[in-house]
Amino acid sequence: MKKLVLSSIIILIGITFLSRLSYLQVFRMSPNQILEDPAVTIVYDYPERGYIYDRNGDLLVANQPAYDVMVVPRDVKPLDTLEFCSMLGITKERFIKQMEKARIYSPRLPSVLVPQLSKEDYASLQEKMRKYRGFYIEKRSLRDYATDAGANVLGYISEVNEWDLNSNPYYELGELTGRTGIEKQYEEILRGRKGKKYIQKDRFNRVIGPYKNGSLDTLAKAGTEIHISLDKKLQEYGERLMTGKRGGIVAIEPGSGEILAMISGPTYVPELLVGRERSKNYSGLHNDTISKPTWDRSILAEPSPGSPFKTLQALAALQEGVINSETTFRCYNGFYVGRTKRGCHCGGGLRTMNSGIYKSCNAYFAGTFRKFYESFETTDKAMEVWEKHMKSFGLGDYLGYDLPTGRPGRVPNKAYYDKVYGDGRWSSTYIISNAIGQGEVAATPIQLANMTATIANRGFYYTPHFLKQIGDQPIDKPEYTQRKYSTIDPEHFEPVVQGMADVYEKGTAKWLQIPGIQIAGKTGTVENFTRIEGERTQLTDHSIFVAFAPVDNPKIAIAVYIENGYYGARYAGHIASLLIEKYLKGEITRKDLEKRMLEKTLEHEYAKPYSGSEFKINEYVW
Amino acid sequence: MSGNSALRRVDWVCVLIFFLLISIGWLNIYSSTFTEDSTSIFDLSQLYGKQFLFIGISLAAIVLVMALEAGFYERFSSVFYIISLVLLLGLFIFGKTIAGATSWYDLGFFNLQPSELAKTATALALAKYLSDIQTDIKRRKDQLMSLLIFILPALLIIPQPDPGSALVFFSLIFVLFREGLPLWYLGVGFLAILIFIATLMFGTVWVAIGLALIVAIVFLIKKPSVRIPFVPIIGVYVLTLLFSLSVNFVFENVFEQRHRDRFSLWLRLEKDPDKLEEIRKTIGYNTYQSEKAIESGGFFGKGFLEGTRTKGDFVPEQHTDYIFTTVGEEWGFVGTSAVVLLFTILLLRLVHLAERQKNPFSRMYGYGVVSILLIHYFINIGMVIGVLPTIGIPLPFFSYGGSGLIGFTLLLFIFLRLDANRLKEWN
Repeated sequence: MKKLVLSSIIILIGITFLSRLSYLQVFRMSPNQILEDPAVTIVYDYPERGYIYDRNGDLLVANQPAYDVMVVPRDVKPLDTLEFCSMLGITKERFIKQMEKARIYSPRLPSVLVPQLSKEDYASLQEKMRKYRGFYIEKRSLRDYATDAGANVLGYISEVNEWDLNSNPYYELGELTGRTGIEKQYEEILRGRKGKKYIQKDRFNRVIGPYKNGSLDTLAKAGTEIHISLDKKLQEYGERLMTGKRGGIVAIEPGSGEILAMISGPTYVPELLVGRERSKNYSGLHNDTISKPTWDRSILAEPSPGSPFKTLQALAALQEGVINSETTFRCYNGFYVGRTKRGCHCGGGLRTMNSGIYKSCNAYFAGTFRKFYESFETTDKAMEVWEKHMKSFGLGDYLGYDLPTGRPGRVPNKAYYDKVYGDGRWSSTYIISNAIGQGEVAATPIQLANMTATIANRGFYYTPHFLKQIGDQPIDKPEYTQRKYSTIDPEHFEPVVQGMADVYEKGTAKWLQIPGIQIAGKTGTVENFTRIEGERTQLTDHSIFVAFAPVDNPKIAIAVYIENGYYGARYAGHIASLLIEKYLKGEITRKDLEKRMLEKTLEHEYAKPYSGSEFKINEYVW
Repeated sequence: MSGNSALRRVDWVCVLIFFLLISIGWLNIYSSTFTEDSTSIFDLSQLYGKQFLFIGISLAAIVLVMALEAGFYERFSSVFYIISLVLLLGLFIFGKTIAGATSWYDLGFFNLQPSELAKTATALALAKYLSDIQTDIKRRKDQLMSLLIFILPALLIIPQPDPGSALVFFSLIFVLFREGLPLWYLGVGFLAILIFIATLMFGTVWVAIGLALIVAIVFLIKKPSVRIPFVPIIGVYVLTLLFSLSVNFVFENVFEQRHRDRFSLWLRLEKDPDKLEEIRKTIGYNTYQSEKAIESGGFFGKGFLEGTRTKGDFVPEQHTDYIFTTVGEEWGFVGTSAVVLLFTILLLRLVHLAERQKNPFSRMYGYGVVSILLIHYFINIGMVIGVLPTIGIPLPFFSYGGSGLIGFTLLLFIFLRLDANRLKEWN
């Protein structure tokens, strides 16, 4: 018995030790040892972010150095807070708040204390930083813009937030990521891949050499420059024209689908979202909920397309053999829906397709629309065919262009009307407004530009896109290089194109001709409403214009949408004409036209709904 | 001739484990003291180089031990004992102080720590005294005398100060138990430790209630025929409660803050997680770092010379008292469990060898060897893996240090020499 006591104790101790060791080394061991290991630090080598060039090789976005003051809370030793704060130019309260935040994030991982110091601040700080244990300066690369335009397209980069950190393991706190626009869309190409160095440290946090002789280290891969299809000069010019106006403009090269300009008004200078003032400026822009400068109207606004939509009605009717180009309809300065008369400004009389288009006759297209629906046995069937044709022009759904945001617009169908009016409780008279681009149909400016490009190409389009070249490599993405055909046969386009050309020759835009260039276009004037103190109130019409030029060999297709710009030829038509000339000729010959557009603003229109008093709309004053 | 036959009869299991342990130990010392500018493993300016030399000296000592007559150790045990006491006393005058403890003689090329050698000498002296024909362990006087043999060196070591080493001598009480000291002494000691811990953790009131419950249960399940000795039971109960109360008093008034903190950490007495974390990082820094290093080794370890925390010197005293963390970090659970198993096998084997001795002196000495090795192994690894409070004693055959290594080698091989001789004594 006594002999066994000692042996039992020995065995008991052995079992205790093995249990404890297996608890420590097998169960408690976490899989991410290397990240928790205080003896190993990862040092990142950040590659330079890729530059962005325009279609002609003009620089749009480059880089500039910036310096973040970083802190590793665990390593911080007691310090003279006041002196340190005044050196960094921050308040003590902010210092304490940031330190607390950093500690909560992680006591042993670096956090940003003061972001994005300028080069000058850095130079004076560099020397003194040594004194403060636990703080150091990390060099980062910020964007440097070579243009004041294109903020909505280029987007901006900003520090990763918690969501980014949780959703993408690549990022570490304090790093930058593309937040909107091209910067976000092509983040991985522009960003490259940061290099990682594993460093062995001792308990005094001194570096004692590479970890595992650097066998785990990775080299940084530089970001790749990209060329986008934007035309810097056109973009800049368009933004100047948009001064004081709200709306969106999109210009596309029909032969390739490349987006030449994408303008949203009002906009902001991209430089605003760089550096220390970034978050203050961003709040300012973001909180402007009336003019919404960060809301890209060229891809997010979804007005009714107005009269440009008539061209598609003509094409659909031709395709279905409902009419031919010589079919006539009479305009009684309007047309009747049941007993109600709807107006028309074309002047009245007998209309063919040609004059129907260039005079933008509502009666002609109401007639065509009616005939189209009557040629089918049921309204449902007619609507199905109609929807198919409209959608084949890229309307009613996301287009698939290379920006991270967008809207689908709307081509209303049976399901939609059943939802709005109740199953089957509507008829063709309910939807006749669609014939003239009013009613339930809605399209973003980029969809209108794409529709125009499809007409310019006589029946097909390329998905609009910005990416032209990655490094030296022109893109070869089938989604951007393959034609998407509309459901309309090519031969039906000629009469419509002729009508659109006559818009300039003798129609609603004859004052906007460009000497030496033949343009085809279509004006649009869109009624619109808002709610003022709960009451539905009509505002001055939106001015819309689509055009392409030259007619026979189109180089540019454009859609211009100006909020409350009154009739189509007014603001939108002017701007479209100027942009086409600028793009095709490189200069403006009609200085008076240009001067008018640069100087006129619509601020008085935009102020009306907020004036609190009665106001007139659609005033015929320049 | 005698050396030759001893070599033939020596217990090769123990020898093999001994060589395994010192080899593994040296590799880990190498890893924890290795620096980039190391040149050769024999480099005497490096700690691993010195340890290599100590291993060489130990091997020479083994040859010497095996060469001598077995009877020599029994005969001269008293002399060894007296020499060690003198050496320990001499420290008060000639001792060299390292890291606050005056435990060494400076021999120029080598610092000698006599307490390491005193362990072997005391085990020999105790065995000698107990095996004397006139000694009767049942006698109170002889019990006291035996206790005095190992308490004396302990008392000399405590003021160095080196309480850890002093504690080791008390392990020799196992020898007394084996030789007839009533086991209830052990029971009382064990109960005292339990009540000590229970009082700290739950307080005297709960200890009183708990004990009362246990007594009540015993009453309920006992046979009706058994008479209840009321008075003794109540007496013991009251004594226990007094002890429990005294624990509180000692803990609050006699202990210093650092002792209290160690217990707070060990028994998780501090309920405030922030304060506990604070203690972990200050008082418990060593344990915290050693646990983390062992934990980070995982199942297979990071590989030889790949221990990041070992390289970064995160664990203090890693090559001495905390050498086991290197095993844990670089060799993982595979390594640590192998070492635990080696020690377990060695100790069980030594118990077995001790039990088969025909000569009572050899048996008693064998028990002394087991006791001393066991307490080192238990306290050291227990401390390193965080199941015991911090008590600084080395891990036999592993920890860096010449006196320790040579001391443990002598301790073990004198016994193996005695064991190799057992058949002769039969004749």
